[in-house]
Amino acid sequence: MNETNELAHDVALSMEPAAHFHLELSNRGVEFQAISPSPLLPTQFLEVAKPGDWGKVASVAKDQAWRWVAGWAEDEGNLFSVSVCLELQGTYLVLRTRTDGGNPFLPSHAPYFVSANRPERHMRDMFGIKFTGHPDPRRWTRHQAWDSETYPLRHAFPKEGQSPGQTPPDKDYPFFKVEGHGVFEIPVGPVHAGIIEPGHFRFHAVGETLLNLEERLCYVHKGIEKIAEGRTAESLARLAGRVSGDTTVGHAFAACLAMERAAGLEVPLRASFIRGLLVELERVINHLWDMAAICNDVAFAFAYYQFGRLRELWLRDNQALFGHRLLMDRIVPGGVNVDVTLESSERITKSIKFLRRELSELVTIHDQNSSLEDRLVAAGHLRVEDAQTLGALGFVGRSSGQSFDVRKDAPYSPYDQLEVTVPVENQGDVASRFWVRYKELWVALKLIEQLLEKMPDGEIATPWVSPPPDAEGLGLVEGWRGEILSYVRFGEDGKISRYYPRDPSIVNWPALEKLVLGNIVPDFPVCNKSVNGSYSGNDL
Amino acid sequence: MFGIYRKILTTGVLTEKFARKKRATQQVALESRETGIDELGKKLQATIDKRFAGSLHIRQVDAGSCNGCELEIHALNNVYYDIERFGVHFVASPRHADVLLVTGPVSRNMEAALRRTYEATANPKWVIAVGDCGACGGEFGVSYASCGAVANVIPVDAVVPGCPPTPLDLMRGILDLFSC
Repeated sequence: MNETNELAHDVALSMEPAAHFHLELSNRGVEFQAISPSPLLPTQFLEVAKPGDWGKVASVAKDQAWRWVAGWAEDEGNLFSVSVCLELQGTYLVLRTRTDGGNPFLPSHAPYFVSANRPERHMRDMFGIKFTGHPDPRRWTRHQAWDSETYPLRHAFPKEGQSPGQTPPDKDYPFFKVEGHGVFEIPVGPVHAGIIEPGHFRFHAVGETLLNLEERLCYVHKGIEKIAEGRTAESLARLAGRVSGDTTVGHAFAACLAMERAAGLEVPLRASFIRGLLVELERVINHLWDMAAICNDVAFAFAYYQFGRLRELWLRDNQALFGHRLLMDRIVPGGVNVDVTLESSERITKSIKFLRRELSELVTIHDQNSSLEDRLVAAGHLRVEDAQTLGALGFVGRSSGQSFDVRKDAPYSPYDQLEVTVPVENQGDVASRFWVRYKELWVALKLIEQLLEKMPDGEIATPWVSPPPDAEGLGLVEGWRGEILSYVRFGEDGKISRYYPRDPSIVNWPALEKLVLGNIVPDFPVCNKSVNGSYSGNDL
Repeated sequence: MFGIYRKILTTGVLTEKFARKKRATQQVALESRETGIDELGKKLQATIDKRFAGSLHIRQVDAGSCNGCELEIHALNNVYYDIERFGVHFVASPRHADVLLVTGPVSRNMEAALRRTYEATANPKWVIAVGDCGACGGEFGVSYASCGAVANVIPVDAVVPGCPPTPLDLMRGILDLFSC
């Protein structure tokens, strides 16, 4: 590195990530406008003037190690806008450009970011926007429910669809072919052999060893983005709570945060604390369940029933204290609709104490079980580099060296007032994903204690006031699976005109395709469970 | 290994009908408050004994659910509800099933798979639509992507509403279907 370069490098390091990004865009001759104040506060925002520069923008982002968080499009009549959210060192930045409504196309971001691959295919299927240079031209969200020339998220497309009658099976999807001596193909799904969501997996194996896995999802696509249009804020919160049932609190939180930011509404601090409490309770029950299920998939029934037992106790606490076992519809625009009384606080504290004692006992047994270790250690290994390339989130990322956690790196209320520790490992296997969950569970218990202890007095909700037409907002929260993004735009009369939720599963599903390679077919269930992507959250 | 046995012994039997002694932990007393399983279970078992020679096989099909219903269906198998003791088993193939327990709304992309699963189930067969979405389309209704209620796609014999229905609601739903 010569002296000038070194100087430039030092300057870059001392700069705020967004400013550094602006600088490099200017250097490469990209015309853009950084909008200030951003309509998506606290997220920064810039508009790229020429759609032809869209690829160059991704190249700059890639060079500066930004993470590609999410992408969504909007039908603006004669134009389509495409927005992409990036993140670097806890700074979020939204980029937007527009393309012609008659013949919409944009340079693809997928050659630079793996996490852009499926979202761009989704945008193409739903809006008809072509992404030039995209490495995978096949459809993704579209099966046979609508034809290739119609696009459900365009305003002209009727909500009820156009093809009455039975939907034919999706039997002609062009799966990748793997050929060679002794290679065989195993199609699995969409209906699986358990109480589990539907999806199709196409395996290629030699003997028992997996050579390739291809996921074919979107079987539970139920048009969430389309049916969100025209809803009231309250009704959107309900819908968000059903993007993925196991993350009902996380999605409702993100959607309400987005709507409140759009409306410039300040939520009472007590409401924020209760929201934090609900999210952490959701983390506890889901981590317990996943730990149980991972053990079950290697036939360690003892732990399955023990962790499952503890989970049921917390579900019953939820029912007794907040009126719903899964905590659905407790978060509403403007705050929450349940309060925390002294008695409930005492009951939770008691449950924490009991859970800690039980976990310590169980984990000793778990740790001493060598046959269990034999199944979990080294199975489903996700390399740190791969996790980084994929932008893996939550416990999947954190088991493979990716420390990002919205609660710590881009804190929002109430986490800006709490101490959050983020357990990270580099081992990357199923065992590691088990242990990271276990550690996160302990962190969640600590957070619940902090939340109860510091719980401020005051109101639990502020009256909802609809924002003017066109107001938009972005909510980012750390759900139990990882970062959840929620984009909302309002239309006339306080009705929603656009909603896009990005569940962490959308980012993490491709990790499963990577980490099963070289494993044996019978280990697939445990590998899958260790990632535990939501089908519903992915398919929308 | 002894650790496992010790833990099993000290945890005791938590299954709610048969929770004989409250010796394990204080928590048990708290847990047993969830009532209704005992009575409901007895009735369920009597019905299954009479009509299905002691065992009822269920194939669960998620035809588009948000996965909330699946969580509660899973809970039927945890130690508190332990629905297997009444003769209710979840099986891996529709070929083995007496009952299809279908959650919805039925997405258009799952429509063909659901029809085929139904056809693959041997007669006599029953279908229980689970959850508000399975019952009437729920939050999702009918759209370009959703057929709504399960009954819009295959014949339904009973409905268990709820968002999601609790494990007790589910047990009651199965009982109601076979009691009449």
